[in-house]
Amino acid sequence: MPTKIEKDSISGRDTTGHEWDGVKELNTPLPTWWVYTFYATILFAIAYCVLYPAIPSLSGHTTGLLGYTNRAALTQSLAEQNRERAKFVDRIRASSFDQIRKDPELFNFAVSGGRSAFQTTCMQCHGAGGAGSTGFPNLADDDWLWGGKIDQIHQTIQYGIRNSNDKSRNTLMPRFGADGLLTSQQVGQVTDYVLSLSGKAKATPEGAKIFQEQCVACHQADGKGNQEMGAPNLTDGLWLYGGSRDAVYRTIFYARNGSMPAWGERLDDATIKMLALYVHTLGGGK
Amino acid sequence: MFIRHEAIEKNAILMLVLTLITVSIGGIVQIIPLFTIESTIERVDGVRPYTPLELMGRNIYVREGCYLCHSQQIRPFKDEVERYGHYSLAAESMYDKPFQWGSKRTGPDLARVGGRYSNDWHVQHLTSPRAVVPESVMPAYPFLAERKLEARDIARHLKSLRSVGVPYTDEMIDNAAADLDAQVNPDADPTALLKRYPRAVVGKFNSQAEGVTEMDALVAYLQMLGTLVRISDIPPERLRQ
Repeated sequence: MPTKIEKDSISGRDTTGHEWDGVKELNTPLPTWWVYTFYATILFAIAYCVLYPAIPSLSGHTTGLLGYTNRAALTQSLAEQNRERAKFVDRIRASSFDQIRKDPELFNFAVSGGRSAFQTTCMQCHGAGGAGSTGFPNLADDDWLWGGKIDQIHQTIQYGIRNSNDKSRNTLMPRFGADGLLTSQQVGQVTDYVLSLSGKAKATPEGAKIFQEQCVACHQADGKGNQEMGAPNLTDGLWLYGGSRDAVYRTIFYARNGSMPAWGERLDDATIKMLALYVHTLGGGK
Repeated sequence: MFIRHEAIEKNAILMLVLTLITVSIGGIVQIIPLFTIESTIERVDGVRPYTPLELMGRNIYVREGCYLCHSQQIRPFKDEVERYGHYSLAAESMYDKPFQWGSKRTGPDLARVGGRYSNDWHVQHLTSPRAVVPESVMPAYPFLAERKLEARDIARHLKSLRSVGVPYTDEMIDNAAADLDAQVNPDADPTALLKRYPRAVVGKFNSQAEGVTEMDALVAYLQMLGTLVRISDIPPERLRQ
């Protein structure tokens, strides 16, 4: 192979001296900045391997001079954050709802904290503004299933509804149609009676009789419901599962029995309190 | 340098040997961490193989490509821990074959979604995501509630997972079909199931349909994600790496 390095007349560069069937190769070195950047990355990698956990061994890995781990860094940053918040959070934990409401600074902190917790844990069901959707109660109106006083809201969030927690709110509406307690015809009659309570249908005496026999224990004789039992008010024209005749019929036939997790099992006491305060401010708090 | 490039290029044997060395360095870097798996997986209580119903749900999760938008891996960062809960442990996916960690988060992480929502919510959300979360971009999966769960080969399925290291016992394999039924059929007795698979969530997951549908299986799977290990019971030093 001829190895004569020549100067190329067009580009002014040297050739590499290689030649294949008359085709010569220009010697075009990498740009200097590129080469030095490349060396710098190598140095960076070496420094990184020395300072940080990097090289696996048969029984673990090198830990690095800095002793850094993601998990330790996280624990530390959470601890710092808790220290910063402690000024307020400790007071929220120690104060009653009345005391918190009387202290504007603390109240503001609690409501903002509650809003932020609401956005991560509650909005998927109850909606970003608490307006709910079919099957998931609206928290921004004054129609409450289990009570709208702040202590009641707090209990609902803490222990939830119809879940495996021992203290969860737990009542069960029977599946009147599906379990054969009433015939389809009777379910239809009582559906009309229930709708008549908000003026949407004409009641029949049969429907009224079935209602008195089967429904008043929870929903009361006047149909206004009972928050102790989570039995909704049937007279106000607000329907959790829809107010069409078909929807109400299905509710009575199959029952609904919605449930909610016990957030006390996942969130700390102060967060639950802040959530209760926030939900209470949404518009319907009693 | 010590060896001239030209010398390597002109000597096939030398070229081959050096290529092998280079490739094996790459291989070793990938393989060695697997030898350290004993020290990488945290020693925690509670992790068990999936129940037959959860396993079927997991298959549907994979079939529908949920992993393309949902990760199952909470990283040890403050923002993730605040939103999703405690960071995921390696131990929590040690029986996942294959794991569903994912690398894309169009939707939220699901590693600890279990118990966060009610069964009804899951059914409604899978049937029509925007009915409950108006801003959602998730596709709807209403057909899951109509398709009967096809689980005739469930015992063989457990068996094949055992061959790749999931500790299913003979008892679990023999009772696979019964356990599947016991988890979802309100009239069945779940005692034996719960003894074999502690902390399994039992119930009719899709209350809107009779019989066992794919929806039941998928919701059963979602409702157990991240619920097996009680993180608060683990001494912090055990989580140190």
